[in-house]
Amino acid sequence: MKSKNLLFSLALVGSLFLYTGCGNSGQQSVGALGSSSAAQKVYVAPGEFDTYYEFFSGGFSGQVTAYGLPSGRLLKTIPVFSLDAEKGYGFNEETKPMLMTTFGFIPWDDSHHPKLSQTNGVHDGKFLFINGNNTPRIARIDLKTFETTEIVQIPNAAGSHASPYLTQNSEYLVSSTRFSIPIPQKDVPLDSYKENFKGTITFIKGGQEPGNMDIAFQILVPGFDYDLASSGKGVSHGWSFFTTYNSEQAHTMKEKNASQRDKDFIAAVNWKKAEEYLAQGKFQEWPSEYYHNYYDDKTHTATADLKKGVKVLIPAECPGLMYYLPTPKSPHGVDVNPTGEFIVGSGKLSADLTVHSFSKMIAAIEANKVDEVIDGIPVLNFESILAGTVSSGGLGPLHTEFDGRGNGYTSFFITSEIVKWSLETFQVLDRVPAYYSIGHLSIPGGGSMKPWEDGKYMIAMNKITKDRYLPTGPELAHSAQLYDISGDKMELLLDFPTAGEPHYAQGILASVIKDNQVKYFPLEENQHAHKTLTEADTKVVRDGNEVHVYATMIRSHFAPDNIEGIKVGDKVYFHVTNLEQDWDVPHGLAVAGAQNAELLIMPGQTETLLWEPLSEGVYPYYCTDFCSALHQEMQGYIRVSAKNSNPKIKWGLGSEVHE
Amino acid sequence: MMNSKLIISFAIAAIALMSACGGSSGESKGKFAPPPMAKPLTYEEAVADWQNQKGLGPITSVELGDFDDVLAKKGEEIYKLKCTACHMPNEDKVGPAPHGVLKRRTPEWIMNMILNPEAMAMKDPIARGLLGKYNTVMANQGLTQDDARAVLEYFRTLD
Repeated sequence: MKSKNLLFSLALVGSLFLYTGCGNSGQQSVGALGSSSAAQKVYVAPGEFDTYYEFFSGGFSGQVTAYGLPSGRLLKTIPVFSLDAEKGYGFNEETKPMLMTTFGFIPWDDSHHPKLSQTNGVHDGKFLFINGNNTPRIARIDLKTFETTEIVQIPNAAGSHASPYLTQNSEYLVSSTRFSIPIPQKDVPLDSYKENFKGTITFIKGGQEPGNMDIAFQILVPGFDYDLASSGKGVSHGWSFFTTYNSEQAHTMKEKNASQRDKDFIAAVNWKKAEEYLAQGKFQEWPSEYYHNYYDDKTHTATADLKKGVKVLIPAECPGLMYYLPTPKSPHGVDVNPTGEFIVGSGKLSADLTVHSFSKMIAAIEANKVDEVIDGIPVLNFESILAGTVSSGGLGPLHTEFDGRGNGYTSFFITSEIVKWSLETFQVLDRVPAYYSIGHLSIPGGGSMKPWEDGKYMIAMNKITKDRYLPTGPELAHSAQLYDISGDKMELLLDFPTAGEPHYAQGILASVIKDNQVKYFPLEENQHAHKTLTEADTKVVRDGNEVHVYATMIRSHFAPDNIEGIKVGDKVYFHVTNLEQDWDVPHGLAVAGAQNAELLIMPGQTETLLWEPLSEGVYPYYCTDFCSALHQEMQGYIRVSAKNSNPKIKWGLGSEVHE
Repeated sequence: MMNSKLIISFAIAAIALMSACGGSSGESKGKFAPPPMAKPLTYEEAVADWQNQKGLGPITSVELGDFDDVLAKKGEEIYKLKCTACHMPNEDKVGPAPHGVLKRRTPEWIMNMILNPEAMAMKDPIARGLLGKYNTVMANQGLTQDDARAVLEYFRTLD
C-alpha cells in the first residue's frame, strides 16, 4: 500500500537530500533501510483505515473494546454487561431492561470471550457474542451498530466461563458452570460437595437472527469445574467440547486439592444426538426462571422478559450424548483446528499439549474403548483417541489458535511465550516471548475454519504489564502485543495497552463489516413510544407526580428550552429525540443534579432521562457533545417550584410558548 | 537495520528540506477540507448574480415544468419532518424562511443547499454569506435527490 511506504520513502528521500543538498537527484540506494521494519508494518497514515477490526473482551470492565489492526488504535468501547455513563447505557430508561436478571438489576459483569457469528464455519460479520461470567449471561452485539442488542440469562449455573464458543453456523452458543453448585439451588453444607454439587452444560439457540435467543437445553453433569469450550467444525460439526478440572471435586483449597489427579477431562457433547433426544421427549422439564432482554433498533427501547422452564437432559438416560476424553493436568483451553480433526487440550500444569483426534474418538466410541463410566458418561481410553503430544519445552500452556497453513500457536503463561508448532508433525517450529505472562492469543479467523489471509497477525493478551509503558500508579493497563506471523518466524511488531482485562479477542477483515454500518436512524422509522418527530409536537405533560417532557434536539437548540411548572418530588422524564439525519451528529443531554448520567442520543433516536429535583430553583440543561459552532448555546432552563405549590406547566422555545 | 526513530527523524528532515526547496509539503486528507483562501465572488456580487448561481453539489440542472400538487404535498411532509426545527415557512427562525425563495435563488442552488450544506457553507459565496448572517451551518438532513425535489416543489407554493 502506497501510504504505508510514505514514511519510509520520505526517510529515504530525506537521506538523499541530506547527502546531496537541494536540487540534485541522487542514485536510489537501499542498504540498511531496505529491509522491512516493524514501524512500517503497523503505520496507518492519517486518514487511512486499519485492515482489521479486533474485538477484545473487557474482562472485569464487563465491556467489549474494538481496536483497529495493525495500528492498535482504540475505535470504540461497547457497553455490554456494565453501566456506561458515557453513553447512558444502563442509566437511561431504554437500556435499563438490558441488565435485568432474576437477581434483579445487575450493573456489572465479568465479560470473557468474544466470538464472531459464523456461516459455514467462516466469520460472517453479522454479530459478536460474549459471555458474562459472574451472573451467567450471553450477549449479542450487532455489528451494524456496534451496540448490545440482546442478552439471555443462563439459569441453573454459576460462573459461565466456557462460553459462548458457538457452532459453525451459529446454531448454538454454549455455556457451562465454572463453579458447581446445588442444582436446583438449595441450602446444603459446603462439605457435602460430592453429594450435592452439580454442573450444567447449556446450549443456547437463536444466534442466527436477532430477538430469539433462548435456552435450547441443559445437560446435568458431574460437579466438576467446567473451564473452556470449543465447538466442532468441518468433520466434527455437531459436537462441542468442554474442558474440566477439579474432577477431584474439592470444595476448598482448590489450588492444591483440585490438582491431584494426573488427568482431568474434555467433555465431548454430541448436540445432534441431543436434538434427537429432545425430539423423542427424553428430557426433564424444570421450572427454572431466567431473563431474555432485547433491544429493538426501531423502538430504540429494550424489553426484559422473564422466561420460565428449561429442558434438561440426563446423560445416564441419553446414551451417546456425551463422553469424557482424559486429558492431562487440569486442562484450560480446548481448541479445534480449522479442519475440525484435532482437539487440542492445554494442560495448564503440564509442559506438553495433548492433541486428540476426532476420527479416533469416533472409532473409540464405535469400538467401545471405555475405561470407566462416571454418572452415565463413558470415559474413553486415552491412548485410543490421542493423535499426538506436542513436547513444547514451555510451561503452563493455555490456549491455541491456528493459521491457514497447518500450524498451531499456543500461549504459555508460566514461561510467558508463544510456541508455533506443526499440526502435521507436532514438532515445535518457532517460539517468541510475550510481555508478560500471556493468557489468550488471537489470530483473526484463527478460531474459525478460515483464518483471514491465512493468518497474517497474532495478538497476545498478557496478564502482567510491569515495565512496558509509562507507570500509572499501582494499577497498570493490561498489555497486548501484535505479531506478524506471515513468515516462518514470528515477529513482534507493536505493543499497546488495553481496557479492563481482555480474555480473548477475535478479529475480522475490516472489509467484511465496514460498509454495513448504520450511520443514523431514519426519523420515519422511529417507533419509540415517546418519540417527538417535529418541534410542533413538543410538549410537557403532567400525570400525577410524573412529568413527561417530549423534547427534540438539533444543531443547536432544544425544543423546548424553557420549562416551568415542575415541583419538588416530581419524577421528570425527558424523552428526547435527536432530529438530525446525518452521520456523526449525536447530541447529549445533561441536567443539573441528575442522579444517573447523561443521555447520548444518536441521530434519529429517542432516549429518556429520569430527573428527580430535590429542591426549588432553576436548573440548566445542556448538550454535552460539541455539535456545532453554537454548541455552547445549546442549553435550556427548567424551573422547580415548592412541593405544595400549584404551578402551571409551561414550555417554550423563543417566541413559541405553550401552557 | 535502522530503527524506527531514526527513520522518522529522516522523514521529518525530508519534509523540512523539501519544503525549503519549494516542494509541496503534502495536502491534508478527508472530507472536511479547509475553505479556499480566495473567493471568486463576494456575497453581494453573488446575490446580484443569483440567476446564474447554481451552488455546489449533485444538481446541475432542474426543469421545474408544470406545478405538481402531489409532489408539493409530499415535499411539505418531508419539510415538516426534517426542516421545521430550524425553518418556519414564512418567518426566520434558526435559518431563513423559504417564503419567496424561488425569487432569490435558482432551483439548482436550493437543492444543492439541501443536499450538500457543509460544502456549500464553505465554498459557495451566497451560502457562506448566509452563514455569516445566521451563524450556524445548515444540518444535512439526509434527504435523497427525490426528497429535495419534492421540497423544492413545496417551496413553489410559498411564493
